[in-house]
Amino acid sequence: MSFEIIVVGASTGGLKALQILLSELSAKFSLPLVIVQHRGKDMETGLCEFLARSGRLPVREPEDKETLLPGHAYLAPRDYHLMIQSGSFALSTESPVGFARPSIDVLFESAANEYQDRAIGVILTGANHDGARGLAAIKAQGGLTVVEDPATATCREMPDAAINLTKVDWILPLSEMAAGLHKLTNSTKRYES
Amino acid sequence: MSRVATEANDLEDIEIGLLLEGLYRAYGFDFREYSRASIKRRILEMMRAEKLETVSALQERVLHDAACLDRFLLGLSVHATAMFRDPSFYLTFRRKVVPLLKTYPTVQIWVAGCSTGEEVYSLAILLQEERLYKRCRIYATDISRAVLRKARDGIFPLAAMREYTNNYHQAGGANEFSDYYTAQYDSVIFSTALKSNVVFSEHNLATDGSFNEFQVILCRNVMIYFNKDLQARVHNLLYDSLSMFGVFGLGNKESLKFTPRAAFYEHLNDKDKLFRKVM
Repeated sequence: MSFEIIVVGASTGGLKALQILLSELSAKFSLPLVIVQHRGKDMETGLCEFLARSGRLPVREPEDKETLLPGHAYLAPRDYHLMIQSGSFALSTESPVGFARPSIDVLFESAANEYQDRAIGVILTGANHDGARGLAAIKAQGGLTVVEDPATATCREMPDAAINLTKVDWILPLSEMAAGLHKLTNSTKRYES
Repeated sequence: MSRVATEANDLEDIEIGLLLEGLYRAYGFDFREYSRASIKRRILEMMRAEKLETVSALQERVLHDAACLDRFLLGLSVHATAMFRDPSFYLTFRRKVVPLLKTYPTVQIWVAGCSTGEEVYSLAILLQEERLYKRCRIYATDISRAVLRKARDGIFPLAAMREYTNNYHQAGGANEFSDYYTAQYDSVIFSTALKSNVVFSEHNLATDGSFNEFQVILCRNVMIYFNKDLQARVHNLLYDSLSMFGVFGLGNKESLKFTPRAAFYEHLNDKDKLFRKVM
């Protein structure tokens, strides 16, 4: 099996978690990494730059119909849902889902639909239930599901909700998350060659 | 498990294709070239709302039950927007576009895909404050009769006014925003003077042609629902409908880069999606 995308969902406490995750990913990371971080209106400015400074991957907020590139991290823009269709991003201003726009569920469901068993879904810290349904969709399509260990997450509610709904493949503390993702993408290369 | 899920998923995609084809052939509503990711989400949502198990069952109801067809069309065409969404867009419009428009004796404006009208009222307020409104005519079009009715009514939820007031001031508005509306219970109704030069009418960007020449066209967060081919066609349509040196506005996260008309426009500034037709 070879993976083609990693989708990541984070809410409360997510800034710190994403900073740690990105800082530990190698510059040669071979998949596109797409992030939904819930944020209020005041958090708009600088989040993308903050994440770019956190690690070695280029980070940007994609525009509609922009093509996904390997080794790039993408941050869902504020006040839009982010989806993936035919290898490009598709944005939407449909109503918030569970009070969230961007919604983790919306991104994850579209990734499940587009990539089926070639998607990896990662749920990090958060104080709501967004992402649980989306992660279940990834699992149902045969993709790989990863959740931050609720015991060490800043907010355990979102990881707990995901674990309750889906028999997740990996439950990892944040400190082991990057290493785990590296292992998966390296094995990708091995299978391909 | 996963193979079953994948097959169910594929089947669903086939059914969605059939539903959209049927809708087009029976009624002429053409959603076939809409971005699949978003339309699929909405169709599945409507399927749940109608308490149906399959897309085929939804197709049957949409084709045979006029009330369901209306609900379906409304569900596909309502996009949650806001007044003065992306205030910096309107601030740039005020500072850079208004001076250009003041050089014209009359100004024809097209708000393509106006949905429930938030953008139309925002623009009307801005033009009125800049003493331009009287010489403007705004054509506000949408594919859906139901959302046009709402736009024409100009009634919005009171609860949204705090956000809109904020946006309005960030967009360079210097008055009391509440001067533009009257509150009643949990709604507000906007001043009818704001729509005295607005023509609301049905227009389908996917199938209808150009109907005038405009000095300004705003089409914000509308084409994000289209696939690349339809986007390209609509970009051509809008380009053809814009006068030379006319101004074209897109949503904040839309790009001309991936379209056939990229080279024909010039950016008005680096940040906002406001362009000027230069060839």
